[in-house]
Amino acid sequence: MATTYIKAIHDAMFEEMKRDEDVFILGEDVGILGGAFKATEGFLQEFGPERVIDTPISETLIVGAAIGAAVVGMRPIAEIQFADFISCGYDQIINMAATLRYRHGGRAQVPMVIRGPSGAGVHGGLFHSQNPESYFLPIPGLKIVAPATAYDAKGLLKASIRDNDPVLFFEHKYLYRRIQEELPNEDYIVPLGKAAVRREGSDMTFITYSAMLYPSLTAAERLEKEDGLRVEVIDLRSLRPLDWEAIFRSVRKTNKVVIIHEDRRTGGVGGEIAARISEECFDALDGPITRVTSEDTHYAFSPPLEEFILPNVDKILAKARTLAAY
Amino acid sequence: METKEDQELYFYLKLTREFEDRVSKLHRQGKILGGVYSGKGQEAIVVGVCYGLHREDFISPIHRDMGAFLIKGVDPKILMAQLFGKKTGLSKGKDSFLHAGDLERGVFGATSMLASTLPVATGAALKFKMKKEHHVAIAFFGEGASSRGDFHEALNFAGIHKLPVIYVCENNFYAYSTPQNLQMAVEDVAIRAEGYGLKGAVCSGNDLHAVMRTAHAAIDRARKGEGPTLIECKTYRYHGHSEHDQPFYRPQEELIEWESRDPIQRFEIYLEKKGYNVDQMKEETERRVKEITDEAVRFAEESPWPDGKEALEDLYANPF
Repeated sequence: MATTYIKAIHDAMFEEMKRDEDVFILGEDVGILGGAFKATEGFLQEFGPERVIDTPISETLIVGAAIGAAVVGMRPIAEIQFADFISCGYDQIINMAATLRYRHGGRAQVPMVIRGPSGAGVHGGLFHSQNPESYFLPIPGLKIVAPATAYDAKGLLKASIRDNDPVLFFEHKYLYRRIQEELPNEDYIVPLGKAAVRREGSDMTFITYSAMLYPSLTAAERLEKEDGLRVEVIDLRSLRPLDWEAIFRSVRKTNKVVIIHEDRRTGGVGGEIAARISEECFDALDGPITRVTSEDTHYAFSPPLEEFILPNVDKILAKARTLAAY
Repeated sequence: METKEDQELYFYLKLTREFEDRVSKLHRQGKILGGVYSGKGQEAIVVGVCYGLHREDFISPIHRDMGAFLIKGVDPKILMAQLFGKKTGLSKGKDSFLHAGDLERGVFGATSMLASTLPVATGAALKFKMKKEHHVAIAFFGEGASSRGDFHEALNFAGIHKLPVIYVCENNFYAYSTPQNLQMAVEDVAIRAEGYGLKGAVCSGNDLHAVMRTAHAAIDRARKGEGPTLIECKTYRYHGHSEHDQPFYRPQEELIEWESRDPIQRFEIYLEKKGYNVDQMKEETERRVKEITDEAVRFAEESPWPDGKEALEDLYANPF
């Protein structure tokens, strides 16, 4: 039976909690309700209220208590009901968790996962659509993961839970029930920091992650059919560590790059990737490094506004064709 | 009757004061850089609360709680090297002063965002409860920090789950320059306990025995699973907020009043009444703590600096 993206997340946590008694989950409505998106459905019944903790509306406490428990040996999973709300726990993440190993001279660690639904495209409006990864990208000590497939969602989440550093795990709510695939029965992980080449190509590279993988793949197929262009599509999967090797290898092969992400243009990871490509592969480039991102505005609610803001296949095609002409 | 406890308590009070006085002096001499904070005048709180704690008990001291590190068994040499920013310090030079801990001894390093350790200590207590371990978590903070949301979120959660945690407010009446009446509209921080379903208690932070009675009752309750306590210890810092701060904002008379209630002198009166030869005890203890501090300073001065490139280390379990 095919497994949806949200079920893959559910199963990853369920299996890890079965495997390791130190894993527990805390967050708003994760117990009785089973999570706003049902990521923890049935967990309370299976693991009991001591390991599946319905917290008050207290993001600082959710993150802070997870840090405290992690420091003394647990492996907490902190659910942020909507990734937008992570800002309420921001200080605990960037000052408390991210510096913890560092300020303890490497003699302490915070093995924890902070996970939650991010992303737009579901008419969530300003506070249920954000892509908060760029709020955290420059912060050393954190890892950032953003899976695009059900297979990766499960394998990356398991790897994140087993990791000894704080991991921000941004799921894309648009994908929760829209994609599914057959998953292996046996236990597996997907290592953090390794990109996946989703489509081989030699004329252009699309660098993307999370939900934008799908319009990127569609655009790549159309470019092959309509323009005879063979586009390579790289799914980053992790934003920190970033798989620079995979990026540079592809750029040196195709000489043209489009970076596609749903996060906003200004301060989005695309800017950093473009700068690094320019520094490392300048002589390999045959055209400007191009970005397709959300507009530099808030994630507006009304459908025409949201559609205007978000990247889509047509926007990718237009930019890719301009680049192809170089 | 002479007891080991009296002697140990006196030793830690005196060691803390000697150590902190030396740190202030080294700061004036330019040997310790960065922000330096003195808890002089407040020593009885950390010594009284931490005396008798187990190694596994989790404490999160703040910048004024040097004594908590010492009484929890952190090596004074390593502690001094930490303040110097040397490679041999707790954080290997990564951050200054008490922003580092020693988790082997249950000492957690704070950040500068005061009160942010309250949710963390609450999480450690959550683990102790979850794993049915009879350890406690103790979070120290100032009255100013109780204005932050972290305080509210932590106490609220601890109350709901009856966690084995003790929140110790060191109320020294000033948050940097801001007096308590501009920080809150109530006299006692501890009355806030009621709103969270916690037990609240107020005591004199300059009276070691009052601190110990209050704290140890709370610790016993926590170990027995009877829930968290908010303790407020009224005290006073002799120095400014940091060693850079000339506290013109406080009346001189106020400082003199509090100095006349000095926690160490008060304990010496107790020892005298109990029949100790205090003069001899004082002389011996002062010699001992001076030796320890001298050795710590020597160790710190002779320790190597970190290499610049070590700034990139200790970020992750496995560097990438």
